[in-house]
Amino acid sequence: MTSGPPSPIPTSQQAPAAPPPAIAVENIVKRYGTFEAVKGVSFEVADGEIFGLLGPNGAGKSTLIRMMTTLIPVTAGRALIAGHDVAREPNAVRNIIGVIPQALTSDIDLTVEENLSIYAKLYGVPRAERERNIATLLEAVDLTKWREAQTKTLSGGMRRRLEIARGLVHSPRIFFLDEPTTGLDPVSRVAVWEMLDKLRNSMKLTILITTHYMDEADNLCDRIAIIDHGKLVALDTPLALKSSVPGSSVIEVQFGRNSIDRKPQLQHLAGVTAVESRGSGEYRLMTANGSLTTTQLVEMATSASDPIRGLSVQNTTLDDVFVYYTGRQLRDEQVKAPSFIMPPRPGMQP
Amino acid sequence: MNRMWAIVEREMRKFFRSPTLMLMSMTLPLVQLIILGNAFGGKVTNTRMGVVDYDHGEEALKIHEAFQTVAANIRTFETIPYADEQTAREDVRTGRIDAAVIIPAQYSRRVLAGESPHIGLMVDNSDQFVSGSLESEMQSLVDALNAPLIQPKVVAAITLDVVELYPYIEYMKFLLAGSVALAMYISVMIGGGMLYIDDKARGVHEGYLVTPITKLELVLGLNIAGAMKAVLSGISLSVIGSLLAGLGVVFHLAAVFQLALLIVATSIAFNGMMFLLMVRVEDPLVPRAMFGVLNTLLFFPSGAIYPIAAFPKWLRAIAVVDPFTYAVHGFKAILIKDGGFAAIQKDILFLFGFGIISLLLATPLFKRTL
Repeated sequence: MTSGPPSPIPTSQQAPAAPPPAIAVENIVKRYGTFEAVKGVSFEVADGEIFGLLGPNGAGKSTLIRMMTTLIPVTAGRALIAGHDVAREPNAVRNIIGVIPQALTSDIDLTVEENLSIYAKLYGVPRAERERNIATLLEAVDLTKWREAQTKTLSGGMRRRLEIARGLVHSPRIFFLDEPTTGLDPVSRVAVWEMLDKLRNSMKLTILITTHYMDEADNLCDRIAIIDHGKLVALDTPLALKSSVPGSSVIEVQFGRNSIDRKPQLQHLAGVTAVESRGSGEYRLMTANGSLTTTQLVEMATSASDPIRGLSVQNTTLDDVFVYYTGRQLRDEQVKAPSFIMPPRPGMQP
Repeated sequence: MNRMWAIVEREMRKFFRSPTLMLMSMTLPLVQLIILGNAFGGKVTNTRMGVVDYDHGEEALKIHEAFQTVAANIRTFETIPYADEQTAREDVRTGRIDAAVIIPAQYSRRVLAGESPHIGLMVDNSDQFVSGSLESEMQSLVDALNAPLIQPKVVAAITLDVVELYPYIEYMKFLLAGSVALAMYISVMIGGGMLYIDDKARGVHEGYLVTPITKLELVLGLNIAGAMKAVLSGISLSVIGSLLAGLGVVFHLAAVFQLALLIVATSIAFNGMMFLLMVRVEDPLVPRAMFGVLNTLLFFPSGAIYPIAAFPKWLRAIAVVDPFTYAVHGFKAILIKDGGFAAIQKDILFLFGFGIISLLLATPLFKRTL
């Protein structure tokens, strides 16, 4: 990236202009024929933030990230990356971003170092800087001793770490990762989270990540945007999102006699904000006071001589947040056939 | 341009790391060269000729003697005596024998009397190659029988003197030019077609497209790498094929230089054509499905196996625009004719022009986004 002319020194009358946000998406739309994959989404990501796009498969997360990374044209609206419009200044954007696609795309016949070196050359990184960056990144992703190994000999987790290093080989400011832990085992997933957090701090990175894992979004992200059917349905910190759901705890109870409708009684228990009947005598209660509601619930069952067959109490999770904002379970969406099948596009992964 | 060389480096490292492409591109042409070269190159021998002799005279005996000479020397056929024409005909029909000669009754008398004697030849013309060879051999025998015992001092008949410019060219040598072109085509088809689409489907191109590489750098990088792979296949098959076919052309410096130039031109033409065909293809099945069709459409009309002069007009029209035609013509000129640069000049110009035009057409079609 070429540096511009030196900025004038601000006088006492001139307030210094605030730097643009790392990412600013303004009413962005992507249409494939008559189908609208992304429907007017807007958000901003601050410098140094880890920002998560959370949603089921087919929600529009990957389409959104592809527009922000210049891979597909924007139909309407605009996306600014460090102040550069992706449609007007794509090369300026490409120079300051690192991108890790959903699929593992490192060349399995090449060594770890060769994979990094070729991408450094594609970004035009000078030789001395290239060698320094590769050494630093291999250390950061714990692959130094695998430097000369062919990529085909690496495990899935190691290959994902290599891809993370590949995306950072030109020292980008903003790092986009499309479902970086999909297909990894739980240990490798946690290792990737820790690595990303460490890299964010050491390289002063802004990270945008898409995921459909609630725990990933909860543990890793400073803020989360929930995307559903191409729309932004909620955006805040994980804590604030969980607080926004009525009730701080969720109680799931199953009564012995399932012929009686207990919903009206349950709604009157202390602290209860919402009751959902799930059939077969099973109910899901949102409550602001988990312990008091549970006590009253047990008393109610005892007085009614209706035995409780199952009872669980848990604090609000992002699953509850997702259900609250979209009206359905994220995990259900992952196993159900999507209502829309994405039209075939180059580079689209199954 | 450094970014373009990064693409070339990636492709070539992969190519050398996994020799499968090189082996696959050379296997079919080499097998074809060895099998077809030996199968089609030889003369017909050891066929079975039934002989029905109704005459048993002195002149019929001369025919039997001539047959024995053939069986003992060039061995085109061996004779099997038959008692009657009907049985011989049935055996030709069922394939027990390949042909049958009928020497009619009174043959010797007619020869001596000069009364237009005839010999019958029944052939199985469902196999035109064998039947043609037997007819030709029999015609030679008949000509010999008709020749006067003492040649006249002044020959009145017109004689054609044929001058062959080259020593006898076995079919394997004739086929080598096509095999070299075929090896390069397969290399381009796999290295530039199938792997290109596979990389697209695997998301490798997505990785390229998020870097600041320009469309031209990407197109040139992919094509230079594809052409380099085809050059290596072409050189390998030229050397191995020449040694197999017994051609010493690879030991002559001038011919090697001409060969190298023609291989480079052919690589650029083939690769440009393949890139133009594949530039908008997304489905990895498409290049696999196209492989056989393109092979038939481009290789066979090129004159590699059968002369273009024998083609109907519409097939000649394909040959005129087919880069294979010029590659095969050029390789023949160098490998078996030692024709010098003048003989391949037009081929090289066409191939370079074809490659450049293909790339000029393909570049705008190449999408810089997904």
